[in-house]
Amino acid sequence: MAADPYVTLGVARDASPEDIKKAYKKLARANHPDLHPGQPEREAKFKAVSAANALLSDAARRARFDAGEIDADGQERAPPPPRYREYADSDAGARYGGTPDFDDLFADMFEQRARASAAPRRGMDQSYRLTIPFPAAIQGSSETLTLPGGRTLNVKIPPGVEPGQVLKLRGQGDVGRNNGPAGDALIELDIAPHPLFRRDGADIRYELPVSLAEAVLGAAIRIPTPSGPLKVTLPAASDSGQQIRLRGKGVPAHGGQPAGDLLLTLRVVLGTPDPALVEFLRDHAETGASPRQGGEWEA
Amino acid sequence: MITIDLLCARFTPLAPEDVRRWVADGLLRPEEGEVFGEIDVERVRLIIDLRDTLDLGEDALPVVLGLLDQVYALRRQLRALTRED
Repeated sequence: MAADPYVTLGVARDASPEDIKKAYKKLARANHPDLHPGQPEREAKFKAVSAANALLSDAARRARFDAGEIDADGQERAPPPPRYREYADSDAGARYGGTPDFDDLFADMFEQRARASAAPRRGMDQSYRLTIPFPAAIQGSSETLTLPGGRTLNVKIPPGVEPGQVLKLRGQGDVGRNNGPAGDALIELDIAPHPLFRRDGADIRYELPVSLAEAVLGAAIRIPTPSGPLKVTLPAASDSGQQIRLRGKGVPAHGGQPAGDLLLTLRVVLGTPDPALVEFLRDHAETGASPRQGGEWEA
Repeated sequence: MITIDLLCARFTPLAPEDVRRWVADGLLRPEEGEVFGEIDVERVRLIIDLRDTLDLGEDALPVVLGLLDQVYALRRQLRALTRED
């Protein structure tokens, strides 16, 4: 059964015939299906509006509907729905096809389209992510990136790259159309964290554990660096927390930037003290000065 | 295919002069003489809707119909294009 025709037209029960006519025209204008081809919801609305208007614009039938003698369908034969668009959309519509120069417009349009599709066009750029080991980011290296298609790219990593830096491989993106140049491959770098080394701008830092004997007496020890092992001389009477700066052993010079330093922070590791040391310290404790001196330490 | 008399009988308050004027103005383009096909019948229904229901007025009719013709021509072309691809 059809909806309440008063609701459909959006008018009050006691609306005057003029109001009904006005409401109908407004809705008909907004929803006429021939003016809005390809919008079935407007078509349905238009049919409902037309049926409601057919019922309410006829004073006798409106009175019968108000008295409950007929329902909203009211054995009503709604006027046949407009369907010009069905013909106009079909090839038959060519008869009403608009002005002659309209065809030229299309000819132009298609010509442009054809020209555009025949012109050389550069291929698309493609973006990839590549995670490289920490030493590779410092020293530079050559990494292999396997693309989703199975193709592999050889990526030359310059020394001193930063996380998030994008390398551009010219011509390694999508192929161009009609002999246009290929696009680029854009590779964003991730740098895997290192268990020991930490990067601080151009410098590299890490904590160097030393024994008590090495700290007190000094020693020549081999240490790892991103560029390979290195021999350093630990001066006598080195203390825990002391920093050793090895100039030029950080990130190598690159792109006009000078080489960074390698910064070692000493950490004295006691391990299990041997009895002789324990014995010595017991005597020493009585004479040794406390490192906790000054106002803040007076508890 | 129907004659102008049958056409006017189908849309009751329609006078043959109206139809002839529309034909003369190019709003209606029957294929031959005064014999009307289904598309013409539906176009007459549209013209009457525009004129009477939407209060468009005879002067505005050619403008609106011209625009509609362009819309439908575009839609046909678009469909032909998507069929090709």
